[in-house]
Order: sequence, then C-alpha cells, then structure tokens
Amino acid sequence: MSAARELPAAEMPELPLLSVDGLSKFYGARLGCIDVGFDLYPGEVLAIVGESGSGKSTLLSLLSGRLAPSAGRIRYRMRDGELRNVLGLTEAERRLLMRTDWGFVHQDPAQGLRMAVSAGANVGERLMAVGQRHYGDIRATATDWLGRVEIDSDRIDDAPRAFSGGMRQRLQIARNLVTHPRLVFMDEPTGGLDVSVQARLLDLLRGLVDDLGLSVVIVTHDLAVARLISHRLMVMRQGRVIEAGLTDQVLDDPREPYTQLLVSSVLQV
Amino acid sequence: MNAPLTSGYNFAYLDEQTKRMIRRAILKAIAIPGYQVPFASREMPMPYGWGTGGVQVTAAVLGADDTLKVIDQGSDDTTNAVSIRKFFEKTAGVATTTVTSEATVIQTRHRIPETPLKEDQILVYQVPIPEPLRFLEPRETETRTMHALEEYGLMHVKLYEDIARHGHIATTYAYPVKVAGRYLMDPSPTPRFDNPKMHQSPALQLFGAGREKRIYAVPPYTDVVSLDFEDHPFEVNKFDKPCALCGAEGVYLDEVILDDRGGRMFVCSDTDHCETRRADGNRGEMSPDSSENRP
Ligand SMILES: Nc1ncnc2c1ncn2[C@@H]1O[C@H](COP(=O)(O)OP(=O)(O)O)[C@@H](O)[C@H]1O
Ligand SMILES: [Mg+2]
Repeated sequence: MSAARELPAAEMPELPLLSVDGLSKFYGARLGCIDVGFDLYPGEVLAIVGESGSGKSTLLSLLSGRLAPSAGRIRYRMRDGELRNVLGLTEAERRLLMRTDWGFVHQDPAQGLRMAVSAGANVGERLMAVGQRHYGDIRATATDWLGRVEIDSDRIDDAPRAFSGGMRQRLQIARNLVTHPRLVFMDEPTGGLDVSVQARLLDLLRGLVDDLGLSVVIVTHDLAVARLISHRLMVMRQGRVIEAGLTDQVLDDPREPYTQLLVSSVLQV
Repeated sequence: MNAPLTSGYNFAYLDEQTKRMIRRAILKAIAIPGYQVPFASREMPMPYGWGTGGVQVTAAVLGADDTLKVIDQGSDDTTNAVSIRKFFEKTAGVATTTVTSEATVIQTRHRIPETPLKEDQILVYQVPIPEPLRFLEPRETETRTMHALEEYGLMHVKLYEDIARHGHIATTYAYPVKVAGRYLMDPSPTPRFDNPKMHQSPALQLFGAGREKRIYAVPPYTDVVSLDFEDHPFEVNKFDKPCALCGAEGVYLDEVILDDRGGRMFVCSDTDHCETRRADGNRGEMSPDSSENRP
C-alpha cells in the first residue's frame, strides 16, 4: 500500500525550517528522550511513532519550547531567513513565536481552547494578540476560518462547550492556523475521536497542510494516521530514535525488529 | 505620636511600621503606574467587603491635618461610608467632610466625584479584584507573565465577547484601561462613566485591594486610556435626562423607585454634587419647588 505522501523532488527546498541535534531530556535519573536529531523542511510532515512511554510527548514538548532540554540544540529559521537558536530566545520572543509562527494542537481540545468564550473569540484571540483592533475584520477572518474547518458560520457565537469532540478539534486547528503559522506541533490530534470522525479530521488536516504548505511534527501511536498524513517517520523506543526515513519505506520495509513488530501490530501501541 | 491620646489607638489604627510598609508599596506603585504591587495586607476591624484595602491605604497616607471624605456609590451617607468615616474620626481624629472640594483625602468604593479633583487631593479606591485578566486567565503565574511581557490581547477577547453577545461593549463597570501606555489596569467597580476622569487627573489616585493584597496607583497627570476597537470606540454611558433634583447634565445618575406603580426618577449618584447644586439654586423636574411641580 502506498497511500503515503511524497514531496515532489522539485519542490524540496534546500534549507531546513527546523534543525535539531542531540536533544535529550532526563527527569531526574529517568530518561525522557536522548540524542534526538533531525531536520524538518518547509512543507514537510514528520510523524513520531512509538509505544507508550517511548518519549514522544517529551520530544514534542522540547521541540515546542514547553519543556527545557537537559542537552541539545534546536534551531528555527525565522521569517527573515535567519536560523536562530530557539533555546536562546528571550521569553517574550519565544511566546511571540508560539502564538504567531507556530501552532500547537493538543489531543484534548479543552487544553488548547478557551472553553468559556465563543468560537469566534477562540479563533480571533491570536489576531488580537498580535494587535488587530478592528472587530469587524477579526470577525470576518474568524468566519472564514470556521468555514475552512467546516464549522457552520452560525456557530460563531457558541462556546466550544456546546461542540462535539470533532468540532472542538477542528476549532482548535482554526485557532492555531489563523495567523498562518509555518510550523505546527500536534500531539495525537485524532486521539480521542471515533473512527469515522478521525477519518474526516485527517482528511481536513491533510488538505490544510497541503494548501498552506505547513510543516508539521505530529505525534501518534496510530501507524495508519502516520501513513496518511506524514512524509517522514521517526520510530522511538525507550527515549531513542531507532529508525527514521520516508514513511512508506519505513512502514513497508522496516529494518529494525522492533519496527517490524510495530508494523505487524504484534505490539499493541 | 500623632495619636489622639484619648482614643487608645495608634494614629489611624495601624502601627507605624505597618504604615511604613504600606507607604513603601504605594511609592513603588506610583513609580510604576498601573503595576500591581504586592503588600502584606493586615486584618482590619471590618470585613473585607468593606474595603479593607482602601482603608489601609488611607491609614497610610493620612496626616493629622488632612480632611477626609468617604463615599460609597456616590453617597456619603451609606452605612459603609459612614462607618469608615467614623473609624478614622475615632482612630485618627482627623476632620471629615462630605464636600469634595474641601477634602484632601477621598476614599471611594465606586465613584469618582463629579467635582473635578485638584492637585492636592488623593483619591483612594477600594478594590475587590485587582487583576483585569482574571476573567479569562485564572492562573496568577500566567497573568503576571502577561503583564511583564505586555501581552494584553486577552483583554480584547473579553471586549470581543461583549460585542458578539450584545452588539456593543456592554462592560459598564470595571472597564479595563491602559495606564501610561504600559500596564493594563482594572479601575475596579467604578462605572465606565468615570473612566475619562482618571485620564490626566491632577489628583493622585491610589488603589488598595485588601483580600488580594495588592496596591496600584495612577500618579497625577498620567494617561489613562480605555480599551476599545477601532470600529467600536469607547463611549461613556449616556443618560436621557438631567438629574431630577438638581437638573445636572453629564453626570452619573442613579435610578430611584418612587412608588409601586412604576414611578421612578433619575438623580445624581454624587449626593454632595447634587446638594451643592441645589444649594446654589439649581432645580430639576422633580424638585419640590420646581415650576413644573407647582400647582
Ligand atoms: N514529568 C515527568 N516526570 C518524570 N518522568 C516523566 C515525566 N514525563 C514523562 N516521563 C517519563 O519519560 C518517559 C517518556 O515519556 P513520554 O514522553 O510521556 O512518552 P510517550 O509520550 O511516548 O508515552 C517515560 O518513562 C515517562 O515515564
Ligand atoms: Mg504521550
């Protein structure tokens, strides 16, 4: 099966957007992840797979600046083209990056949304955070984004409390994408959803990623999700990346015995 | 040493060391307009809802020569205002007044007096909740970071919600302001009608939150700008009619129910202002001696 995605060679840009070396995290004596390194290119989707406890969430938290690493380096190419050391940014710079050029989609939408304010305000928040002060414009942009994630515009004044799980997740995505970020982190974005709802969300995500040329680092324990959405794959075990490559190649022809077990579903992840 | 010898209290109730501690917090607050300075709030012989933060600030700034006015809503005569006034008469022996222009220190719960304040006056606000961002962000660590980094987009989320729900910015009390172009500040329970009075006021404005242990300040002649949207600019509440007793326009009015048949009138919330105007011969439509009411 070759549903997986390829970046056309001609479109493969030369300069990485995100460049990671030797990234490690110890929780006291306990290993979170160790010596992770990779480059992520514009428009590329990288999936991180592995069983529970393998260090996926730790790695995503490190990459997205939510957790300080014990060692290693993370560099990000700013909009001006300069590759900056993310760990050396001031808190103000890092927070600005997180709410403009980056996005983070949580597994639990309640963690990524303001459940008590309307869908429109949830989408508009980032715009207001970067200084937009025209109510009509903010609302028009929010309406547009709700449409793009297939939420009826007449739900714009409803709070996400009244939304289904799938709608909440789509709202969380719109809330992140409204500032046109270039890099989005996703932690099991289809995790808590029914299978049919998952399929629709994945379809939508795939379309948005392509349309916007987003770079994505997505954590999932579901290899089918990884196959559908990612170009490249990293397999983690006990905090280490044990195998990495193009998604199709890794899933169709895994080298590592552990990856073979994962793919053959002998291991329940 | 200023203590009235008969009362048995230290001057203005608090001991000198506590007052010094509060004054240090006040000085810091004045140096950083709109910034919430933590202070070691003391127990006062009254419940928190009675404005213990304001009372502590007043106690710290009061001198023997001061003349104190206390208002609750706009009135000098409510239980709360009367008790606080009596408290300082008893513990500090200071002169008190209801006349805005005679007061050197004015403690208030809601209103800014209609009579424009002057340079030698201090307005002390009693504040229940000092943090304007709390409505949307309950985490104190996060709101502190937002203030530190001047990340105030969230306040506009609240105003956005207002417009989405009501078609206009419906926040009428505790309407958020930006002070000296830097700190977001909650003017506390004052009506937004009074917000423009805070801007470039010649008087020193001090805010005390007892339960929340915070003091903040607006020094004289400081910019105080109410937040808004370009297409929904800040406006003060407008009243259809002038005060029914003194005929004043452009002042804040309270509704007074006259009978159980729907009869009502709107009168000055600032009772001193109303009385002064009436003493000067101004009349409203419900004045006993108004021409409209004469047989
Ligand atoms: N906050 C923490 N404190 C201590 N150990 C942790 C913490 N978070 C994760 N770990 C440990 O780090 C390892 C990797 O965990 P995690 O990154 O959550 O893996 P995954 O997301 O793949 O399930 C596990 O052994 C886990 O117990
Ligand atoms: Mg995890």
